Amino acid sequence: MTDKKIRMQLQCPMPKLDFDVITLGHGSGGVLTNKLLDSGVFDLLSNPILDERHDGAVFQLEGKMAFSTDSFLVSPIFFPGGNIGELAVNGTVNDLAMCGAIPKYLSLSFIIEEGLKVSEFWDILVAIKVACSAAGVNVVTGDTKVVEKGKGDKIFINTSGVGSIHPKAKISSKNIKAGDKVIVSGNIASHGMAIMSVREGLEFDSEILSDTINLNHTISGLLDTFGENIHLLTDPTRGGIATVLKETAQSINLGIDMAQRDLPIDNQVASACELLGLDPIYVANEGLFIAFVDASIADDFLETLQKDENGKNAKIIGTVTEEHPKQVIMESAIGGKRVVSMLPGEQLPRIC
Amino acid sequence: MSEYRDPELAKKYLEEIKKTVSQPWSIMEVCGGQTHSLVKNGIIDMLPKEVTMIHGPGCPVCVTPLNIIDKAIHLALEENVILCSFGDMLRVPGSKKNLLEAKAEGADVRILYSPLEAVRIAEDNPDKEVVFFAVGFETTAPANALSVIHAHRKKLKNYSILASHVLVPPAIKAVIDDEESKIDGFLAAGHVCTIMGNVEYHPLSAEYKVPIVITGFEPLDVLQGILMVLRQLEESKAQVENQYSRIVKEEGNPEAQKMIHTVFEVKNQIWRGIGEIPDSGYQVRPEFADFDAKRKFQIEIPEAPENPDCISGQIMKGLKKPFECSQFGKKCKPTNPLGAPMVSSEGACAAYYHFSGLVEA
Repeated sequence: MTDKKIRMQLQCPMPKLDFDVITLGHGSGGVLTNKLLDSGVFDLLSNPILDERHDGAVFQLEGKMAFSTDSFLVSPIFFPGGNIGELAVNGTVNDLAMCGAIPKYLSLSFIIEEGLKVSEFWDILVAIKVACSAAGVNVVTGDTKVVEKGKGDKIFINTSGVGSIHPKAKISSKNIKAGDKVIVSGNIASHGMAIMSVREGLEFDSEILSDTINLNHTISGLLDTFGENIHLLTDPTRGGIATVLKETAQSINLGIDMAQRDLPIDNQVASACELLGLDPIYVANEGLFIAFVDASIADDFLETLQKDENGKNAKIIGTVTEEHPKQVIMESAIGGKRVVSMLPGEQLPRIC
Repeated sequence: MSEYRDPELAKKYLEEIKKTVSQPWSIMEVCGGQTHSLVKNGIIDMLPKEVTMIHGPGCPVCVTPLNIIDKAIHLALEENVILCSFGDMLRVPGSKKNLLEAKAEGADVRILYSPLEAVRIAEDNPDKEVVFFAVGFETTAPANALSVIHAHRKKLKNYSILASHVLVPPAIKAVIDDEESKIDGFLAAGHVCTIMGNVEYHPLSAEYKVPIVITGFEPLDVLQGILMVLRQLEESKAQVENQYSRIVKEEGNPEAQKMIHTVFEVKNQIWRGIGEIPDSGYQVRPEFADFDAKRKFQIEIPEAPENPDCISGQIMKGLKKPFECSQFGKKCKPTNPLGAPMVSSEGACAAYYHFSGLVEA
């Protein structure tokens, strides 16, 4: 746990309640719902728009906007390096940042399976608060529903968000051209393997941590400096970097060349993948982005990014090419060539 | 690991292979792990044209009989059964559906990495029947056997295994015996020999006059294995060599073998797509009948016909390449496999599909 998180939790002691677990009544919209929300949710996430406690949020926005939504179903809800709460905030914040937007307001909806411990719910709320503060966004509207035991998996969260487009941003895959460099902002596969390690009950010498984090400040800084030379930003969450690169190659009708040796990956994560028979290029990421940038600024971009805490392991991993349109070709460790395709369905662990 | 993926060394092996080869040779890598390594690392295209790699039946997922998969699905759908399985069995098509679809219908199907976890699940759920789908080569047999030994010791009444174990040496023999087969040499599966040792390969190599090289799975292992087979072929030798000596000992792992023989006995086994091969599988010994799902549940499921469009048998015997199948990449894709080799990443068809650019555009 980071210092910031510990401080926050000390400042936000759990309120005293006359119930320990959340029951169906807490989602009824009646007395119990109000009891739950008044117990601290509103105080914790307080801001002038939310405090109106109206049916929806009312606010002023000007200029071009980005709008994004995402649902979070991660199991387990607490994992090494984070929990579902911060994931839900960072996920939508980062989706907005990938559009070149400066995230401002979020909606926050919970679907809770009855029986969730209030203490766990509180920990998730605190994580949401911490993540919102770090990203500089406010939760302005929300909803809470409770479903019967067995109809959910502890808690599902949906967040939607809006943000105004950075004045210098011109993000579109249409701007990508042959020669562009493909840059990944950090080590790949950490989040997916952190989740796998707890889900599958695997233990490693040192804990693999998820890298869930908000990227909007990092992105904003890069846009300040490099503006329209940043052609595309995208976050390789589910499906891993392979899926994102393949999707991009297909949409731009150009090819991408890359080499396995250039991929930044933590040794521990690489071994875990090896052990489980998973290919790290298909493993989910959080707190990571891929940028397609003009070749003329690629080195400066990389240098700037590497000075940022969220980009210290950044690397140039590939080049856009007119050869083999729609195909991503990766040079293997020993110099052979392979085609990188999308993940069909789930990545299932192999027998041997 | 990087020492087994050094591009400079790879280049040296490739040059050595080119220098050695004077005529066309066909080499079969028996194990799906090696097929995967060959294709993933782009090795096939790096080899000189004289060397043809033929992908053998060494993907346990691919050769698990249709009827056993149907049985597993049937069991999984029983109200009080928790079916535990290695992950890549879940997408393998049964005659009507696969285990993933059964799971979506409400079956309690759990993906595990070790059968010992299944024993723990059985302890935690005394009111449920826990069945482990024990599939694999000699490599997974010791752990599967150990799970039965543990369950027996703990006197568990609710744990059993649905065993479908296949053995490598009889399969190699069957492939050579096939009249159409034209294989000059074999890469044998390193992991299997880690358990069973090299002993069984000597008579095979001697009787059929074929080189057999026990080979690992890293790209450099595979390249070196190929080179060792080629050297023997060019010098008209036929013996068993051990490329994977950093792991494999001549006698294998006697402890693991003891576990296997305690719980299992050898039997004739049906290989999906290939047919019955004598003495090529394991079944649970009668002493452990209580832990044998086949005896315990007595499920009778009629044999269903294979999809007539699937030529997986010919592919696993090395008679055809995946792209020579009329359905490859058309009706048959990893998202809609007609046969098992398109499911597992170690299956020859899926490996070709993933790494050859034949992707849904």
